[in-house]
Amino acid sequence: MSLDATLNDWTKLRQTHPLPGSHPDLKWAMAIDLDACTGCNACVVACYAENNLPVVGKEKFAAGQAMHWMRIERYWNEADENAPEQGAQFLPMMCQQCEAAPCETVCPVGATNHTNDGLNSQVYNRCIGSRYCSANCPYKVRYFNWYNYPEQVKAWPEPLPMQLNPDLTVRTKGVMEKCTFCVQRLTDAKNNARTEGRPIRDGEVTTACAQACPTSAITFGNLSDAHSQVAQKWRLQRVELDKDKQLKDIDGSHPGLRGYRIFEDLRPYPSVMYLERVRDTQA
Amino acid sequence: MNSVTQAKDKDIREDLSWSQINRDVLASLERPRATYWVLFALAFAVFLVGLGCEAYQYDTGLGVSGMNNPDVWGLYIATFIFWIGMSHSGTLLSAILHIIHADWRKPIYRFAEAMTTFSLMTAGLFVAVHLGRLWEIYYALPYPNERWTWPNFQSPLLWDAMAIFTYLSSSILFLYVGAIPDFAICRDYATGWRKTFYGKLALGWMGTDRQWRNFRVSYLVIACFLIPLAVSVHSIVASDFAMSQQPGWHITSFPPYFVAGALYSGCAAIITLFIILRHVFRFEEYMTLPILDKTARLTFAIAMVWTYLNCIEYATVWYGDSEVAKETLMQRATGPYSVYWWAMNFLGSVLPFTLIFKKVRANLSAMMVISLLLNLGMWLERWMIVTPTFSHGYYPWTWNHSFFPSLVQWGIVFGSFGWFGMLFMLFCKLVPSVSMYEVKEMVFHRKLARLHASQA
Repeated sequence: MSLDATLNDWTKLRQTHPLPGSHPDLKWAMAIDLDACTGCNACVVACYAENNLPVVGKEKFAAGQAMHWMRIERYWNEADENAPEQGAQFLPMMCQQCEAAPCETVCPVGATNHTNDGLNSQVYNRCIGSRYCSANCPYKVRYFNWYNYPEQVKAWPEPLPMQLNPDLTVRTKGVMEKCTFCVQRLTDAKNNARTEGRPIRDGEVTTACAQACPTSAITFGNLSDAHSQVAQKWRLQRVELDKDKQLKDIDGSHPGLRGYRIFEDLRPYPSVMYLERVRDTQA
Repeated sequence: MNSVTQAKDKDIREDLSWSQINRDVLASLERPRATYWVLFALAFAVFLVGLGCEAYQYDTGLGVSGMNNPDVWGLYIATFIFWIGMSHSGTLLSAILHIIHADWRKPIYRFAEAMTTFSLMTAGLFVAVHLGRLWEIYYALPYPNERWTWPNFQSPLLWDAMAIFTYLSSSILFLYVGAIPDFAICRDYATGWRKTFYGKLALGWMGTDRQWRNFRVSYLVIACFLIPLAVSVHSIVASDFAMSQQPGWHITSFPPYFVAGALYSGCAAIITLFIILRHVFRFEEYMTLPILDKTARLTFAIAMVWTYLNCIEYATVWYGDSEVAKETLMQRATGPYSVYWWAMNFLGSVLPFTLIFKKVRANLSAMMVISLLLNLGMWLERWMIVTPTFSHGYYPWTWNHSFFPSLVQWGIVFGSFGWFGMLFMLFCKLVPSVSMYEVKEMVFHRKLARLHASQA
């Protein structure tokens, strides 16, 4: 890009991330229907089991040092008198795999990077634990290994090490970790597809949380595959990956649109779309 | 200059003989008051406490610091900024005042420059201490390796590391070059191992015309090189915050605000060390009350600049009208950290007004207390930048208003003061903390000026 073009089109230069169509074949994404979520925490348990997350114990949990890559947040609308009947609003929150991730640019050693299938990867071996990524993450979904959990906290007393997932590591003291969209499963699926010389089929691979969800609130798949479930959901909701304002925000005359992404105005371009809960306001 | 000026109003006595200057300053290398050893022992003990805490944290993991998911930085980064800030006034005194020919800096710039170097070394420790995997710290260095993995040049943290390293190496060079003529004096008076030691440091200085000419040029060049570095270092530290996306940090005025805060705490620290050195080394003839007065006035001016920029910070948050940023600001003023926040504003902006009074400026014990309190205020400022944003950021689910650093964290923070004090005291015992040759110049120039005035 010449200097003139740069100066004339400065805003474009700053806003071209993510480039439209930057993932022509494969872009992992999610859609979470909050109307279907019952807050049962099955996804959290599945995540613990799949990803070798240490259970840190009561004291450390109370001290804010828990390692739940996925968490179910509960919100009550205090002003709403019907709130007790309607119950809490649940929000499953995990790494949003942002396309313009605030965590990636700030890592001093480049331990967190963007993969070409649209994941925000964390390289444990490279991480030196400066925690700048967590400081800059607006969602606060990055979890730091404050201790050596197997040794010091005895997170997996015998014979529990036998149930650890062999497809990924137990992370060491002093590195940052976070939801990977179960990257070990994704790699496996990609390898199988490549071996058989075919594209990845929709539904062939899913994350542990989506698999465990009893109400199928979580849809996971390839956003670049127009026929995948997740791509259809995004399209139905008119949510586009590379936009920082969706039709729902621009034009309020579409009551059927429920899809939104969290902190869209900060422009991290997250890969997780949430579907608003439908409230019966007459109740 | 008015020849009838009272002697006590002068920066330095004009009848000081050169041999007396040599004698007085060289005595500081040999026979300090007993207070010196008390202070040194105290600093060493505090350092050991910090070392113990760090060893425990290194062995166990950063969890013992009490940090948690939103509050990932805590006191380490706050104290890191504090020490980086402390380092700035050394350069202000030694380089900026050198260039504008303010000669009253001459008796006090050497120790201020040493303060720069040692507080940078202390700040560097905090970068290491706060890392989860200290043993992999070399990943942050851009060294060639077979995998061609480089550090991330986009990260302000990396700019930080480079800026600090450049500033540290340049200020060590500046400190050393500026001391070469003094090392030669030490060499000429010393015996035994000291003769070899200072002889090596003096690099064969004979005081010839050619040497002086080269010396002047190199000193000036390094001074000019150092000034933009000093400004850049703290601007880059400010970028760590300003370049991030978090409410309370994402503020364009942060770099000048940080630089002003740095000069402010540095000047206050110079006053503290001025009073300590004056006592322990019997430097009453050199570190005189008029010089203290000038330093105090400089501190007051910088305090007002800082206050202005501090108000700018609040005003821009308000004017920017970002709901989250405003809430974080209100949280600072009314939330669990409000005591510290108001204390920081009081100590930083109201307390310096005591420096208006000449009586206060001339009172050593009052100045000691005030300078320490000003620095406490500046330390609180850094803490109030780092922690409240973590405890009340964008994401309501992670709001954590009960965060308080653990004893291990406090221990390491206190230990850093011991480490700094220990290095500084050691330096003052080994290197003349008053620049002999420049004090002689100062006396000579003032004598000459008075002579001209009386002839006219």
